[in-house]
Amino acid sequence: MSSMKVISPNGHLGFAPLKNGSFQIGVAAGPDIIAADAGSDDIGPGPLGSDTCASPRAWQEHDLELMLLAAREKNVPMIIGSAGDTGSNSRVDMFVQIIRDLAAKHGLAPFRLGWFYSEVDPERVRSSIRAGAAVQGLDARPDLTEEELDATDRIVAMAGVHPFLKLLEAGCDVIIGGRSSDSAVFAAPALHRGFPEAQAYYLGKVLECASFCAEPYGAKETVLGEITPDWVDVTAMSPEQRCTIASVAGHAMYERSNPFHEFVAGGMLDMTDCHYDQISEKTTRVTGMKFVPAQEVRVKLEGSGKVGERFVGMAGIRDPYTIANVDAVIEWARTQTRERFGETGWELHYNVFGRNGVMGDMEPLKDKPGHELCIVVQGVAPTVEMAEEVAMTGTRQLFYARLPDVKGTAGGVSFVLDEVMQASPAYRWTLNHTMAVRDPLELFPTFSETVSAGVSS
Amino acid sequence: MNTRTTLATLAKTIRSKNAGTDKITFDIIFRERESYDLVRRSGALTPESVCRVLNVDPARLTDFVEYDPGYAIKFTILRVRPSGSAGDGDIFGAQQYAPFLDLEIDISTAGA
Repeated sequence: MSSMKVISPNGHLGFAPLKNGSFQIGVAAGPDIIAADAGSDDIGPGPLGSDTCASPRAWQEHDLELMLLAAREKNVPMIIGSAGDTGSNSRVDMFVQIIRDLAAKHGLAPFRLGWFYSEVDPERVRSSIRAGAAVQGLDARPDLTEEELDATDRIVAMAGVHPFLKLLEAGCDVIIGGRSSDSAVFAAPALHRGFPEAQAYYLGKVLECASFCAEPYGAKETVLGEITPDWVDVTAMSPEQRCTIASVAGHAMYERSNPFHEFVAGGMLDMTDCHYDQISEKTTRVTGMKFVPAQEVRVKLEGSGKVGERFVGMAGIRDPYTIANVDAVIEWARTQTRERFGETGWELHYNVFGRNGVMGDMEPLKDKPGHELCIVVQGVAPTVEMAEEVAMTGTRQLFYARLPDVKGTAGGVSFVLDEVMQASPAYRWTLNHTMAVRDPLELFPTFSETVSAGVSS
Repeated sequence: MNTRTTLATLAKTIRSKNAGTDKITFDIIFRERESYDLVRRSGALTPESVCRVLNVDPARLTDFVEYDPGYAIKFTILRVRPSGSAGDGDIFGAQQYAPFLDLEIDISTAGA
């Protein structure tokens, strides 16, 4: 067990294709594990709610094919977490089928394929609430209510290392995970080989976003992590990149509110006393990490609920008087929509680009709009027909807004398209909570099969 | 002698990004210890000042950390609504950092 090497070619598999040049350098370096995380909650609540992917299937297949061929040629495990962006059951099934199809396409020698699911039956969550075991809100959210649960279309639980470990112990060569902690994908094989928890979880933390822990900035390049009982080394595989003290330490704070602590199902990685050494041009060594086991296993739940169907319209404004009174223009259009549909049961959202479309109320320059504005209008309602009409009313009535001193009386806004376009339905994140479980495997049923040139058994 | 400069001049990285579905986190990262210390000494980046720049209630600031191993100042705010809700102008939270580029830093304490 002196050391183990893991390569991570992509921080969100499928979201953009991995770069094969540095991946092949990584494969040639002789990894013991090839692993990647394929999910994120960055993509908004739509894919989880509607059970779709945010990534094109061709890009997912591209990365899975390169990883599978390398892993089978080297006869090392391949591990994927959070299949298909959301890690829902249908996304796991899709990745499992892609692996079977790739095995048939390339006539691969038999191997063991394992997978697990992460979706949670809402009734399981309800029973927890009713039993008085609060489903606790994260990030200042209140505890989950049954009302909010009823507004939820799909729930996934965030797996820790446990289902990955179970499948590794069962001898699986390829593992497709449902929703999982990014770091668990890498920590599990390290724990499986007997490395300590602190180093194992740190390995996961540093590899989860692939080359985001290297510099200069460049995504989708492979990095290699090497773990021993005492330290973790991280090395950039791209000829253009290095893992420096700054880039590796800096990555500890990426996408998280606190750079010192990383919570996973079963404990907390403490990076407060991490020490970083540049041991060669492309490699930084990290020591001093600690792991604090949790008293109670709480599993994070993500849930998404549908708000309604959605259409989008756009309008431009060039008249400085109209720009100065854009809020009154928008209020006019809202009023017309209210007269048609009543006070509630629909939503209109306006992003005024050129003023504060990106930052909203946080925009310090919102009192200094540009010389032209683009208004993006979103209409949301229970049916497709109504959403189209809400969006159309909310967009076209901008044209007819009645401003008292306007000189241009032929039309108040410009249109690139005098139409509204159907967008994906509107969803919202209903769950960002944790639920206590007795058994960390309870929510994550595992399965496996032998794949022989694409014939599963 | 000009004793003022901007944060963008001193920092290597100024970025924002989602931290989960309900928060946006900001990272101000410096290449070397000197710039990091200079900005900390200047008092320009404090929990109060970042709330003022972003026009947010201090109750929305959940974290403000000076992170020595990364020569970084990091702070996190709660979103008004979760990311990707209809009307959210920045699903990834990746373009919220711009007001900090021009933040004035008093460098008269340099070498003090």
